[in-house]
Amino acid sequence: MSLREKTAFGALTILLAVFPWLAGISRSFSHYTDVMIFAGIFSLVTLGLSLLMGFAGQISLAQAAFFGIGAYGSGIFTVHFHWNPWAALAAGALVAVAIAWLVGKPALRLKGHYLAMATLGFGVIVHIIMNEEVDWTGGPSGLGGIPGLSVAGRKLTGDMAWFYLVWGMVLLVFLFSRHVLHSRVGRALRAIHDDEKAAEAMGVPVATLKVQVFMYSAVTASIAGSLYAHYVSFLSPGSFDLMWSIRFVLMVVVGGMQSLWGALVGTVLLTFVGNEWLQVFADFEILVYGGILLIVALFVPQGLVVWLQGMVGRRRGLRETHSDGGS
Amino acid sequence: MGDFFYGAAWLQYALGGITIGAIYALVAIGYNIIYNVTEIINFAQGEFVMLGGLFGVFYHQTCGLPLAPAVFSAVLTVGVVGLFLERYVIRRARHATVLSMIIVTIAFSILLKGGAMLAWGKDPHRLPAFSGTGAFLWHGVAVQPQALWVLGISALVVGILTVFFRKSFYGKAMLACADNPNAARLVGIPVRTMVMLSFVLSATVGAVAGAAICPITLMEYDRGALLGLKGFGAAVLGGLGQFSGALVAGLLLGLSESFCAGYLSSGYKDAVALVLLMLALFFKPEGLFGSKEAAGLKRF
Repeated sequence: MSLREKTAFGALTILLAVFPWLAGISRSFSHYTDVMIFAGIFSLVTLGLSLLMGFAGQISLAQAAFFGIGAYGSGIFTVHFHWNPWAALAAGALVAVAIAWLVGKPALRLKGHYLAMATLGFGVIVHIIMNEEVDWTGGPSGLGGIPGLSVAGRKLTGDMAWFYLVWGMVLLVFLFSRHVLHSRVGRALRAIHDDEKAAEAMGVPVATLKVQVFMYSAVTASIAGSLYAHYVSFLSPGSFDLMWSIRFVLMVVVGGMQSLWGALVGTVLLTFVGNEWLQVFADFEILVYGGILLIVALFVPQGLVVWLQGMVGRRRGLRETHSDGGS
Repeated sequence: MGDFFYGAAWLQYALGGITIGAIYALVAIGYNIIYNVTEIINFAQGEFVMLGGLFGVFYHQTCGLPLAPAVFSAVLTVGVVGLFLERYVIRRARHATVLSMIIVTIAFSILLKGGAMLAWGKDPHRLPAFSGTGAFLWHGVAVQPQALWVLGISALVVGILTVFFRKSFYGKAMLACADNPNAARLVGIPVRTMVMLSFVLSATVGAVAGAAICPITLMEYDRGALLGLKGFGAAVLGGLGQFSGALVAGLLLGLSESFCAGYLSSGYKDAVALVLLMLALFFKPEGLFGSKEAAGLKRF
């Protein structure tokens, strides 16, 4: 990690550590902790997706499906089979990774539009299954009574405990993803992104790597789904439909595809937009999302984080040349 | 033989399947037109269909136009939406990556969907049938005249477009744009105009499909995505870019969906076309009627 990124990471950790306390000061902000728990859960999805989209260059419109597989995995194993929630979380992740392998192996041979449509189709199929398998999922009326998590024999109660658990996991996944990106694998991924054929010629196992990254993104999404299930204790198919897959893509794109920081920033920003600031508009929400996505894709295609970095860098550059001229 | 046909359930399912399949074929043709000229897949294609139906309702019921002018105006309006999409969105992103192009058309489709929800609400709307209100019996099977309209219109559109792209000067010029835009420009083809034309044409074909199906299945704001996805399934299965292939594949998808709904499970009928789409993508991406070499040359 560069010094700058280390500082940023340290600052993020401290900020997260004190966030629930800060939010607790004023009554009007105290529910921000709850919003941030959701932002953390979604961040787990978008960090994986960022690796897949920004670095391997493969779009997936099925992340809500993997999010849902984790959530319903947790729900079904705990409610119908009375498993320990952590075992259910692990089982959900295993199911997700198996399905990602099954679907990813043929799907990731496809490119661009075809891949987008294949993942889109897969996502819709999973959503239909959630609606139809009423005996297991409760269908459209939902699945309730999912138990919460306990850590070291103590049940997680209260927003603060959940906040630290979720964001602790986000930081772990962030560090791990970062580590992957700066390893051989990461360089290979970048090579795939730039020119698949050249990467292949240089001996990069393109097909295998793409499937592995897809599986990784499925696992983080599935774990996020399990956390979601145990946190809210009630699931309905509406939380895992196509619109949610698009929302996840939107979060990654807004922050910046080619930066893990972008995924974090975009996710937190859009979770607040959706959960907090758009509540007033309710029905306008979908229009606002479409508008944001269009504007970002057309005018700031590299995303907010990279764009801001560029702005700061340019200003600093200007200042430096200015002071040079003065001396 | 007569007994086999008379009032048979399968005949009723087949009729329903062919009707909806013709719509998938029209959606597929919408994809094909744009793809043939630009090699772009427009993720807002299903939204054009939805808009075609809802604008028909708007002109007929809100503005009080008679049915034929109402449908005509609806198709025209959606054509303008297509023009807008090309002129102000696609053209700006022309040199972007495939990934951004996908995101841009998805964003546009969300805007259309959201706009439709605000304008028409969440309830489904109905247009009256184009002619004749009651169903008539044929071999003991109830036939809605509107189903015949859908079939006739689809056949007409496929025929006209096939001739247009194969024989007419403009059609050939449009095909040249996809093949090699620079070469097309060199021989004097106004590539930008052709690209714009393809979006308008594709939007109008989608709108025709939407208006034609609206009397049978009703139309609401969020139907676009699924219609678009199934239409894309038909386009791929038929070989991307081929009009007659799209027609056959569309009917095939419609029939399998209808038979699944009739004999297996109505809840999973929507999944049938999607499973077929995925199988086609995974194992035969060049489509049932496309050649492998031709598919290899395509850029996705």
